[in-house]
Amino acid sequence: MMRLQEMPLLSVEGLSRYYGERVGCRDVSFEVYPGEVLAIVGESGSGKTTLLNCISTRLEPSTGSVSYRMRDGAMRDLYRMSEAERRLLMRTDWGFVHQNPADGLRMTVSAGANVGERLMAVGERHYGRIRDTATHWLSRVEIAEDRIDDQPRAFSGGMRQRLQIARNLVTGPRLVFMDEPTGGLDVSVQARLLDLLRGLVNDLGLAAIVVTHDLAVARLLSHRMIVMKDGRVVEEGLTDRVLDDPQAPYTQLLVSSILQV
Amino acid sequence: MSAAAALGEDLATYNFAYLDEQTKRMIRRAILKAIAIPGYQVPFASREMPMPYGWGTGGVQVTASIIGPQDVLKVIDQGADDTTNAVSIRAFFQKVASVAVTTKTREATIIQTRHRIPEEKLQAGQVLVYQVPIPEPLRFLEPRETETRKMHALEEYGLMHVKLYEDIARHGHIATTYAYPVLVAGRYVMDPSPTPKFDNPKMDMSDALQLFGAGREKRIYAIPPHTRVVSLDFEDHPFEIQTFDEPCALCGAEGVYLDEVILDDRGGRMFVCSDTDHCEDRRAAGHRGRLSPDEAYAGHGQVQEDTGR
Ligand SMILES: Nc1ncnc2c1ncn2[C@@H]1O[C@H](COP(=O)(O)OP(=O)(O)OP(=O)(O)O)[C@@H](O)[C@H]1O
Ligand SMILES: [Mg+2]
Ligand SMILES: [Zn+2]
Repeated sequence: MMRLQEMPLLSVEGLSRYYGERVGCRDVSFEVYPGEVLAIVGESGSGKTTLLNCISTRLEPSTGSVSYRMRDGAMRDLYRMSEAERRLLMRTDWGFVHQNPADGLRMTVSAGANVGERLMAVGERHYGRIRDTATHWLSRVEIAEDRIDDQPRAFSGGMRQRLQIARNLVTGPRLVFMDEPTGGLDVSVQARLLDLLRGLVNDLGLAAIVVTHDLAVARLLSHRMIVMKDGRVVEEGLTDRVLDDPQAPYTQLLVSSILQV
Repeated sequence: MSAAAALGEDLATYNFAYLDEQTKRMIRRAILKAIAIPGYQVPFASREMPMPYGWGTGGVQVTASIIGPQDVLKVIDQGADDTTNAVSIRAFFQKVASVAVTTKTREATIIQTRHRIPEEKLQAGQVLVYQVPIPEPLRFLEPRETETRKMHALEEYGLMHVKLYEDIARHGHIATTYAYPVLVAGRYVMDPSPTPKFDNPKMDMSDALQLFGAGREKRIYAIPPHTRVVSLDFEDHPFEIQTFDEPCALCGAEGVYLDEVILDDRGGRMFVCSDTDHCEDRRAAGHRGRLSPDEAYAGHGQVQEDTGR
């Protein structure tokens, strides 16, 4: 018998998405294991966001399948689930961190309510407990306790991004999707956020799929990476191996151009 | 046809109760569906009525679709039968349906209301028709209609508690005092229209049928008789209704919803029943309050003048 840890958490098979005639991504297959961080890298327009949205059920694939191992151990095809099941999965067992925090936060309610929302969505009905949990998560993402009643509108970009992360982690998800999580931030703020993310992912044993066009982000966060070009996967492997010894000509170009900067 | 013949010249071309029969059938189908799915907002093809939307055209269309020549109609606005809105709607139905009207809660078969539920317990066979401005309780935090519909369909109501959480975080208690959200029959979260939360318990297990009409938003919803209606809350911040420090100044009633009435420009004020019929009923039965005039019977307007003298 295989232990759950040794079986894939997510499995993508032959996934394609077309926008009319245009290719979003084509024939993509890969697996993600529990606790593993996978980076999806590639230049602008290579299909990273399309792929991420398809596997997180935010965008319907044209063909192919995506399966996920539920907490009971059963592997389920995400697109054969009912919408209710899918949405429950999204707000309990999964997280989604958007590049733009405004897309993932409720900007007009307090930080505490932003963090508490998922708890209330799964039936928590004790205000004191919700607040305690929110306080705990705010501190884990290094937001001062006394900001709990402030709206994210009053937060800096880095704080908003950290709040978005706390909001996603409060239900103890096993898999978190991130699209350019450090995208819009200053370099120094980026570094701090990456540090925090790496710590959380390690401590919580989270699996994550991180889209980035920044190879340094992939190097710092991920165990494994896939490289995309024109909607296809051109290389896949352990992050250090791909970055230190790229095989595909395109990856070689990508790595060398980064090293020249 | 005899009812139509009784109409004045100017309205002679209109059907009984103003709406044509086809429209009434369409609205009745929406009402039946609403009754079958308590708390669910049923879309309907709202018609233009000879009054502005803010005047309760949704409630008027519901009333027009269910009213018959034998009905006795009462119309209240903020609990009072004598405000402009209530008077015009009552006059409208007298004209287009020539029905009997009343201010007595217990005599009415249909009560159209804005902002209150009568104090007197409603009876089986009575219908309470609410005028609703905004039917969607989730709109406060989720403006997208496609999304709120999905949330209702999938019973995703976490957002309602986010709103209550915000209340407590900001004010130390749930500060929502009207349009306080309820869960109907354990399934749909519903906006009870801008009634004070004081009235929420009256919706629960009521003997009367409750119908809600939103004209501008084109929605009808319902609470059938004997349906559980629960106000949302937290375990450590349970739902509570408003309480008042003093009884009604005119009839001495306690445990009723009171309005503040300004008596003069020197800061004189009093609290009186918002339900004028209830107040008058009690005074007719001999009850007295702190500022009761000596006369055995008087409406609010008169009392105001009397005490100001
Ligand atoms: N909604 C859409 N309609 C039509 N074409 C689209 C749409 N979204 C993406 N595409 C196309 O699909 C391809 C992949 O786009 P995608 O956004 O997935 O790339 P990306 O790798 O995330 O790029 P970036 O790094 O700029 O975010 C591109 O050619 C893009 O123009
Ligand atoms: Mg993208
Ligand atoms: Zn009174």
